[in-house]
Amino acid sequence: MKRIITVIAGIALATGVSAAALAKDIKLLNVSYDPTRELYADFNKAFTQYWKDKTGDNVLVNQSHGGAGKQARAVIDGLEADVVTLALAYDIDQISEKTGWFPKDWQTRLPNNSSPYTSTIVFLVRKGNPKGIKDWDDLVQPGIGVITPNPKTSGGARWNYLAAWAYALEKYGSESAARDFVTKLFKNVPVLDSGARGSTNTFVQRGIGDVFLSWENEAFLALNELGPDKFEIVLPSLSILAEPPVTLVDTVAKKHGTTEVAKAYLEYLYSPEGQRIAAKHYYRPIKPELADPNDVKRFPALNLVTIDQVFGGWQKAQKAHFSDGGIFDQIYIPSN
Amino acid sequence: MNPTVSPTLNEPVWFRRLLIGVGLAFLGLFLVLPLAAVLTEALRQGLGAYLNALHEPVALAAIKLTLIAAFIAVPLNLVFGVCAAWAIAKFEFRGKSLLITLIDLPFSVSPVIAGLIYVLIFGAQGWFGQWLFEHDVKIIFAVPGIVLATIFVTFPFVARELIPVMEEQGTAEEEAALTLGASGWQTFWRVTLPNIKWGLLYGVILCNARAMGEFGAVSVVSGHIRGETNTLPLHVEILYNEYNFVAAFACASLLALLALVTLAAKSFVEWRGQEQRATVPHLIPAAAPST
Repeated sequence: MKRIITVIAGIALATGVSAAALAKDIKLLNVSYDPTRELYADFNKAFTQYWKDKTGDNVLVNQSHGGAGKQARAVIDGLEADVVTLALAYDIDQISEKTGWFPKDWQTRLPNNSSPYTSTIVFLVRKGNPKGIKDWDDLVQPGIGVITPNPKTSGGARWNYLAAWAYALEKYGSESAARDFVTKLFKNVPVLDSGARGSTNTFVQRGIGDVFLSWENEAFLALNELGPDKFEIVLPSLSILAEPPVTLVDTVAKKHGTTEVAKAYLEYLYSPEGQRIAAKHYYRPIKPELADPNDVKRFPALNLVTIDQVFGGWQKAQKAHFSDGGIFDQIYIPSN
Repeated sequence: MNPTVSPTLNEPVWFRRLLIGVGLAFLGLFLVLPLAAVLTEALRQGLGAYLNALHEPVALAAIKLTLIAAFIAVPLNLVFGVCAAWAIAKFEFRGKSLLITLIDLPFSVSPVIAGLIYVLIFGAQGWFGQWLFEHDVKIIFAVPGIVLATIFVTFPFVARELIPVMEEQGTAEEEAALTLGASGWQTFWRVTLPNIKWGLLYGVILCNARAMGEFGAVSVVSGHIRGETNTLPLHVEILYNEYNFVAAFACASLLALLALVTLAAKSFVEWRGQEQRATVPHLIPAAAPST
């Protein structure tokens, strides 16, 4: 009898040991843009738990954040991201083009142009809106300080710029009028930070400027973190639908042996849990029915245009406006 | 050296006091006040929050990486600095002024450029990028890149401190030692090293302070992977950007502390160095190392 118990205990021990030995420790690197810090800190915890329950493996998701253009550049230069989650499609196109690490049609691999959540551009102003800023036209008035990051390095800033352009194009009807409008707007920009978070700090912490052109999620966060008694959000009459896409970096994930878990990571963004977490952090979920209704009702209805409608897609917009010698280079003269 | 005021400088007392006052006010405004602000912010939520912030795994990882980078960069630059200063001060050779200029290069190059140099060489699109990627050797966006960048920005410190000291001392003592039958190694340990030790220590302290505090060059090659490739200064920026002010200032206070320790060590070394020179009459009193 004693011997049998010993054997059973031995088997139990052996299987226990082997099960523990089989549980792998996996590391993923998610290279993301600036304002997603809180979103992914939360999401990574949920995914680690989900993956542990599903496979028994321990996933540690490492994060790197910065302006989207800068982050894309780092991946191109060899920052070995298993997945990238950036502010706009063009930066991911660049990675594909320069490295060949994933196919050019990457954006068709996941639903909704590979964007599990969307956002838009709104205005953050100081409490009581002392300068009476209501719409884009108010931003080009003399004496208004407009805070935006640098469109060369920040994805959010490119959305800001294009939203302003789309508004002027619709209101004044011609490309040249839009160009004048955006030129005037950038005359009112005292400082260009390299990423959205730097700009938030410029506006919020350092108290520079009257209006901050911001990701909706970043505006909500500033409001939430620093108290609604200091700032308020102003919704312009027209803004742009910003789609921050995600993709697997195939070659890197293959090299790391993380393809399966990296794919699951991105798919989890589309799951009820992923959508719930996105909405909680003020990103508009693409399937709002999966998120908490209380979170979803925080998002106001807005008149949104898309980049495809107005600019014919990111490739064209980038080439015309943000490439070296493009329109932004021609119109932006640093104010000091 | 002479503590009494020269008779030609007979400014009225109020003027001297004014000058001293301006100097102190300036220091207070630009040095003491920010330092006090760092500590106040760090302790805003009490000592517990302060210690917790430093005890976070990512903060510990940043501290560890900062120490690793300094522990590698400082000894390497110590060896390099002694060799270079030796060569420059004691030998005549062609290209000497070129060597001096090259040693100064990191002082004149922006740290960002220093970082970019390594991206251009070791980046995936750089000279060795493809080979490194295929053989899974990580240099930039990993610890080796951070160490390289740190070495680059800190390498003039030791050499720059030693060259004037060694030049002033000349080669007479070494020649005497060699004539008396000492080996080259013995000459170095028994004659040269004792003569340069305070200058050397001074250089090492400055080198270490810069190695631990470097931001720009390291930022370019870091990739900002939290818990992996963030040094303490980079970690401070990240925390600040996340509205985590207590933690940001707690980590900043560590760097401030390092600065204070550096200052104290530097003053001590200067004082000992001068005292020693004063008590060894046969040595020509070397000028205090210039900054």
